[in-house]
Amino acid sequence: MIKFDKLVTNAAGRTVPTIINGKPAVPYMGVGKYKPSGFKAAPKISSCTDFPDDGNKVVSTLKEALLKAGLRDGITISTHHHFRNGDLVAVKIFEIANELGFKDLVWYPSASFPCHEPMIRYLADGTINRIEGSMNGALGRFTSEGKMKGLGVLRSHGGRYQAVQDGEVHIDIAVIAAPTADQFGDANGVGGSTACGPLGFALVDSQYAGKVIVVTDNLVPFPCLPWQINGNYVDHVVVLDQIGIPEMIVSGTTEITKSPDRLLLAEWSAKFCDEAGLIYDGFSFQAGAGGTALSIGIYFSEILRQRNWKARFARGGSNKYLVKMLEEGLVEYILDGQTFDLDGVRSMRDNPKHTWTSPFTSYNYHGKGNFSSMVDIVILGATEVDVNFNANVVTHSDGYLLHGIGGWQNTLFGKCVILPIPLFRDRMPVIRDEVTTICGPGDLIDVIVTERGIAINPLRTDLIEKMKNSSLPIKTIGELKAEGERICGIPAKPKFTDEVVAVVKWVDGTVLDSVWRIRM
Amino acid sequence: MGGIATAGNKGKGVHSDCFVTLEIVDAGGIELQVESKVAVMYGDMIREQALEILNFFGIKNARVKIEDSGALSLVIAARLEAAIKKLIQSGKNWLPEMLEENRYTTGKERNRISRLYLPGNSPGLMINAGIHKPDGIILDLEDAVAPDKKDEARFLVRNVLCGIDFYGAERMVRINQGERGIEDLNYIIPYNVNLILLPKCESTEQLKAVNDQVRKIQKEHKQTGPVWIMPIIESALGVINSYQVASFAPNIVALAIGLEDYTADLGTQRTAEGTESMFARSMVVNAARAAGIQPIDSVFSDVGDMEGLRQNVIRSKAMGFDGMGCIHPRQITVIHEHFAPSPAEIEKAKKIVVAFHKAGELGLGVVAIGTKMIDPPVVKRALNTINLALKTNKLAENWRESYDQV
Repeated sequence: MIKFDKLVTNAAGRTVPTIINGKPAVPYMGVGKYKPSGFKAAPKISSCTDFPDDGNKVVSTLKEALLKAGLRDGITISTHHHFRNGDLVAVKIFEIANELGFKDLVWYPSASFPCHEPMIRYLADGTINRIEGSMNGALGRFTSEGKMKGLGVLRSHGGRYQAVQDGEVHIDIAVIAAPTADQFGDANGVGGSTACGPLGFALVDSQYAGKVIVVTDNLVPFPCLPWQINGNYVDHVVVLDQIGIPEMIVSGTTEITKSPDRLLLAEWSAKFCDEAGLIYDGFSFQAGAGGTALSIGIYFSEILRQRNWKARFARGGSNKYLVKMLEEGLVEYILDGQTFDLDGVRSMRDNPKHTWTSPFTSYNYHGKGNFSSMVDIVILGATEVDVNFNANVVTHSDGYLLHGIGGWQNTLFGKCVILPIPLFRDRMPVIRDEVTTICGPGDLIDVIVTERGIAINPLRTDLIEKMKNSSLPIKTIGELKAEGERICGIPAKPKFTDEVVAVVKWVDGTVLDSVWRIRM
Repeated sequence: MGGIATAGNKGKGVHSDCFVTLEIVDAGGIELQVESKVAVMYGDMIREQALEILNFFGIKNARVKIEDSGALSLVIAARLEAAIKKLIQSGKNWLPEMLEENRYTTGKERNRISRLYLPGNSPGLMINAGIHKPDGIILDLEDAVAPDKKDEARFLVRNVLCGIDFYGAERMVRINQGERGIEDLNYIIPYNVNLILLPKCESTEQLKAVNDQVRKIQKEHKQTGPVWIMPIIESALGVINSYQVASFAPNIVALAIGLEDYTADLGTQRTAEGTESMFARSMVVNAARAAGIQPIDSVFSDVGDMEGLRQNVIRSKAMGFDGMGCIHPRQITVIHEHFAPSPAEIEKAKKIVVAFHKAGELGLGVVAIGTKMIDPPVVKRALNTINLALKTNKLAENWRESYDQV
């Protein structure tokens, strides 16, 4: 199978392959330009006669379930990342595959975390051919150094749904780790010791995969309510002693930042939103997980309280701060994609105004609309931004792949996208002539807030007009770039070979950019 | 020549700094090893700079290792020069470019509500200090620097004074006590420091020694700009002598109190209520006011306790202080907010100031509101309140245009 071939220049000016892992791919054509025709993928018809009348689908081991589900060379196995860095299931699957001598598997996670570093062993010995999903930290480094056999494919959460729905990716076996499940396969993420909130990332897996295995450490008698995953999609149920490490599930960037520099970014971002008239009674916002994004919620709360206003809804990543806003009545509804702490889990379980969503409802670009374009204010991060407002979230300025896309690309469709980012990190300037990797086209990124000034995308003449007499330091992106380089010096670019090691897909399945092999 | 020297910081939690190990040897040329988290972007630049500096100091044979955690070039230069000067005597200085933006002077009467202390050997905290808009930024060569790091901190502070923009904050340095403090001046006076904090000040001799050395250095460098002094009173004797200190010279603009050392000197504990330092604080306020300069309060050391800080600021303002120190940028807003005049104070001051201007326009000798005469000190206080309100953005510059005259 050819890893990549037939390079072309796409509409973003980037060189991308049109053959990826032996299959044809469409180069990026611009925002909203590519419209596929035809029909969605469809799973095989199942029959009740193949399943027990008593509903009991429990098999004794994960190995048995995988073999029953048809584990063999070259198939695609999916997992999801609701347990974040506390996941104990994904590695176990490939441990079993390796033990049984299977080769050339494709791992299709919704995201990867440091806990998945052991996968390097299976990537190196040929058990896994490639990762399609995200390659974080050590996995990214491994990919960047050209060590992964197949070509990595990076997709957003919405893009993951789209790829399966459109038939770009067929999942042969989906393994859904569920904090609570019944013997029929109904499952949710709100009960049990590994409670993680929603299971939305696994929805597409349950709907389209050839075989679906639910793995739980908290089996309850039917019915398991709420049934975020319906047992009607499920082939086998496996009970393990432990499927996740609770304290690692709710961890990471879920505390408000104490960094004074980041608090300033948050304060200015909120002030910008206010002065630009983006906050109003009934507005909506996307709350990210990063410390800066969380702090913006605090400033929003102050403004809402003062004026006796409410946000109609907030898109989460929920956590205790957002839950507090909901409970205080500052936010009417939380539409939650993933839950970052136990207050979030509790609220989702007990409060009908805090509902779980999936990449289908929130992000899927090949649906009849999605929520993301209805959100007024979207606050996001980035590793780099360029003078044309293109942004990067997957590689660093040294060229290494280190992060996944997450929902980042999908949320760019909000009405105003703001990136609060420092002008430089240590000595690394964040605003560049050209980003190392484009993950988001500049047409969709409206405002860059740095500690030394705020740049508004020239396309947003409305915002420029509104901020004409602002007390905030409004500058051009060129001015900000010059200021960063004056402090840090002009950085050299990383050196790459001419080998593509991964591609970044756009939300419509087209190829937006390539990640190149580092020249060692 | 010979020996090994190190300078700088490394390890977990260290950012924007580097650690230099220098061994001067007899032969073999320069052997330079650079380990940097920004090697891809700046590795070549770091090497070039290091070779240039070694050459500048005439070092031809050396083993140099730079362990870099993303230091700016002026930090790398400071670390390398510090290491070099531990091994060789040199009258030369390798200076970064002095930014045009850093050449400003400050006025005697300017606001000194907040002054942010930064440890003089921690570059990571200095780079962004100005964006938080404190009235003053103190690069601290004294207590915030470990004894064995005090030499190298001088080079860092010097280079930061040249090359880091504090965006209009008053450029302050706290020098060391005694002879070391006088030596510190050589590293800061030529580089446009606006104000020197003199710790543990007890006598006018200390001030004289500082002023003599400042004058000497300024003469050598043909400089004339003002260098203000803020003595810190932090001992029982200092409190007793505070008026002599405050009124010693025209370049003494403020008198600060340091309560940690003071309470230790008294043999008591510092409490949140501050009963033990009531006398000292009143004395400092009185001495400063008597000398016509600004009384400045001590720092509030619990960075996490914003409510405690708020209470502290309110008490401090009520005692007559004009400002206080901060040890974290988050404290700045609270300090500004609560030292700033309250809406009621501003309203009252507006009335008086409008009456004052009206009297001036009509050529009247006395200021009156209705039938009530306003004494000159009350007018002066009202003018101060308005100025402070303007500076702390509590009042618009053009407030008189929209002021509804009574």
